[in-house]
Amino acid sequence: MEMPCPNAAMLANRAAIVSGLRATLPGGVIAEPAELAAYANDGLTAYSQLPLAVVLPKTTGEVAAVLQYCYDHHVKVVPRGSGTSLSGGALPLADGIVLGLGRFNRILEIDLANRCAVVQPGVTNLAISAAVAADSFYYAPDPSSQIACSIGGNVAENAGGIHCLKYGMTSNNLLGVELVLMNGEIVRLGGRALDAAGYDLLGIVCGSEGLLGVVTEVTVRLLPKPECQRALLLGFPTMVAAAECVAAIIGEGIIPAAIEIMDRPAIAAAEAFVHAGYPLDVEALMIVEVDGPLAEVDHLIGAVDALALASGATTIRASASDIERTLFWAGRKAAFPAVGRIASDYYCVDGTIPRRTLPAVLTAITAIAAAEGLSVANVFHAGDGNLHPLILYYGDRPGQLAAAERVGAAILAECVRVGGVLTGEHGVGVEKRDLMLRQFTAVDLAQQTRLKCAFDAGNLLNPGKVFPELCRCAEMGRVHVHRGATRFPDLPRF
Amino acid sequence: MIRAATAEAVIDAVRDASARSRTLEIVGTGTRRGYGRPVAADTLLDLSDLAGVVDYDPAELVLTARPGTLIAEIAALAGGHGQHLAFDPPDLAPLWGGASGSGTLGGALALGLGGPARPFAGAPRDHFLGFAAVNGTGELFVAGGKVIKNVTGYDLPKLLAGSLGTLAVLTEVTIKMLPAPRAGATLVWTALDARAAVALMTAALASPAAITGAAHLPAKTGYARTAMTCLRLAGVSVAVDAAAVALAELLSSFGPARRLDAADDFWRVIGSVAPLVAADDLVWRVSLPPSTAAAFVAALPLPDGARWFLDWGGGLVWLWLPPATAGHDTMIRRVLASTVGADGHATLVRAPDEVRREITPFQPLAPALAALSERVRARFDPGRVLNPGRIWPVP
Ligand SMILES: Cc1cc2nc3c(=O)[nH]c(=O)nc-3n(C[C@H](O)[C@H](O)[C@H](O)COP(=O)(O)OP(=O)(O)OC[C@H]3O[C@@H](n4cnc5c(N)ncnc54)[C@H](O)[C@@H]3O)c2cc1C
Repeated sequence: MEMPCPNAAMLANRAAIVSGLRATLPGGVIAEPAELAAYANDGLTAYSQLPLAVVLPKTTGEVAAVLQYCYDHHVKVVPRGSGTSLSGGALPLADGIVLGLGRFNRILEIDLANRCAVVQPGVTNLAISAAVAADSFYYAPDPSSQIACSIGGNVAENAGGIHCLKYGMTSNNLLGVELVLMNGEIVRLGGRALDAAGYDLLGIVCGSEGLLGVVTEVTVRLLPKPECQRALLLGFPTMVAAAECVAAIIGEGIIPAAIEIMDRPAIAAAEAFVHAGYPLDVEALMIVEVDGPLAEVDHLIGAVDALALASGATTIRASASDIERTLFWAGRKAAFPAVGRIASDYYCVDGTIPRRTLPAVLTAITAIAAAEGLSVANVFHAGDGNLHPLILYYGDRPGQLAAAERVGAAILAECVRVGGVLTGEHGVGVEKRDLMLRQFTAVDLAQQTRLKCAFDAGNLLNPGKVFPELCRCAEMGRVHVHRGATRFPDLPRF
Repeated sequence: MIRAATAEAVIDAVRDASARSRTLEIVGTGTRRGYGRPVAADTLLDLSDLAGVVDYDPAELVLTARPGTLIAEIAALAGGHGQHLAFDPPDLAPLWGGASGSGTLGGALALGLGGPARPFAGAPRDHFLGFAAVNGTGELFVAGGKVIKNVTGYDLPKLLAGSLGTLAVLTEVTIKMLPAPRAGATLVWTALDARAAVALMTAALASPAAITGAAHLPAKTGYARTAMTCLRLAGVSVAVDAAAVALAELLSSFGPARRLDAADDFWRVIGSVAPLVAADDLVWRVSLPPSTAAAFVAALPLPDGARWFLDWGGGLVWLWLPPATAGHDTMIRRVLASTVGADGHATLVRAPDEVRREITPFQPLAPALAALSERVRARFDPGRVLNPGRIWPVP
């Protein structure tokens, strides 16, 4: 992956820019290389780059002042939340600053009468639910990085989670934002009242990967916690049978809170790692979680159980307690690190396909990887067809990272070929940028980049991400991450 | 008038208009032309023949259709598979004098208005997955996708939803379909005032019950002899029964609840509004935080004959006034500003053309946001070919 050529004049002018920023924001500028290193990459750890400087504002006024300064001096800006992006959205630019939102860490208001919360963008996803848990409310989108990722980053990526089949993605649970434009102007989009007047700019800012503006305040919708949650653990002799079961559940009019599937390599790895009691003689393991009122949950567990049996499930276990439900999930939640024990590295792909193509696409994935001499373990959000093939490789063996990336690209091309899309929840970032022309025509992309111009005419905000650009130069520096040294080792991985 | 039955015909019409600096008014069946500002365009571009379902796979929860397809046709097709359009498209056509059930899918998306289930199941924007469309220079482009989970590129379907045909002409749309609830019931409390009704709905919506509608209809609206505060429950029948009992008990301080098994008429009236209003009333729709609804309606200096009701658990006020009411826009927006603040917005949904030409039907935007919105519009339709002036006056 290549990034736009750094502007040599900008690099030469670094000292003056740093002092200009310091004058704009005393006490909020980091410029020492050793300290900058902490910001050199995000969750896509294969890529790394030191920024010109890191700026850490605390108020909307400070963000506006910094952006105004950068606008006046043509300095590029990469917004950053917690840096957990898996697509390189927060990857720094050599000739740009990183604008870190970490100091925006306050919950501003919890408004239960209107079932919403107003928070600063650096607040973590989980902190919102934690703040309202005692009142039996929660914030529904639950990316598995939720203890670390920021709500501002969730807005920028339109983050999903295992429960978005029933509860939607970030955009379906977002009521409003305060946004600072690249020229320092401040706008408010949406708010506590639904469906604001004018164009739905909130809808496009959500998922815009930091290209349209810097989010400085977020209003999210809160939901009452479901009365109860139960899960079914289902094992199938073939992936085809598992896929048929998913179609049967949805065909029956049931939208579970979550439907997850793992294939044989993923099951074996997870079971060896956490001993969740998974059957090892099945080709596909499915976890179906239903939530809601007690009476409904019991009814749905019975209905799904019957459908699974009819689809040929050889293992059917319903959770009888929350402890058992958590155990069912333990293996699934540990699937990523578990797979990380089979090979030194894995590369997580994130495409969505029409569910009816699932068995064929999985066969194709195995063949694509085999052609490069690699193997794949599959875990996926089966309810909405969002695949996460984990490509196993050894980064210290020459050529393997490149091979893994080729496999990833070929898998995504296959997703698009069968009618799906390049990314279901992790975003395009730098990772899938050059694949955009597989899903869209140049005309489609031109319309999208024109929209960006309406927000950021000088293309200063997070350039080089999402859209392929003409100007390329030297390859990005690559940092190999070894066994055990991944970023965010404590996070459950989905 | 041009009737376009294919995307190619739309491209030709827009290219031609753009090349000759002429303007187009885009209509489906035209049932919603009375919404927004009147458009004075050179040519009418009629898309009612650009119709038909292209693909529907119920198990995928996805339907692709041409925009001229009738909502009623899609609802019937989906109903045959136990599914529905979860955004609860309100049958608003009669409000502007159209026949019930005559609205198109493209029209519903272009207006972007959700029905009684809006706070619970989302608006059209939340179910709009992808499209093909022709921008103001005559280029056909696609955005979004045909799968239910997608974050590839900007989420342009959300931008197009509610844009009233001012950005691009939709030629094909993909929407999310969901299973229709298997059972339902409505609980009714009577004789509450607005404050008590909002308190009841707020308490209900803080409970885990699966509620898909919460509305309050005062006696003065003439629907019933007494005020009705209603909660709609949906789900499997055992769960609906259990929730009905639990809610009646939880909310017993508001009086006894009566259970209606068939309340379709009530929810149809709440969604479509037309049955309540006189033919020439001015109709407003005010979106606000539910906790402010009672104070807002109490502070309105309403003329004789003016009426209102609350939907969305109090988050939506429908308000109608006799045609002679002068200064209604300033009155409503002033009360909104003083009782609600910046978080509310009022829309003049129906009024004669001359009124909608003079009064901005939509809540005015802050200057920076208005300028940004205009820049966005210009990036899709630089020549103002499509529905010029429909949302904001042409400068
Ligand atoms: C272990 C692990 C598990 C994960 N699981 C999931 C999952 O289940 N579902 C899922 O959807 N994602 C998942 N992710 C991806 C990631 O956590 C999400 O994309 C998350 O939303 C990123 O948030 P962040 O605060 O870390 O943002 P960052 O990584 O800091 O930034 C992400 C993007 O957002 C922009 N940005 C950040 N803050 C702002 C702001 N305030 N204003 C404007 N732009 C901003 C950045 O420029 C960048 O483009 C996972 C990641 C990891 C490491």
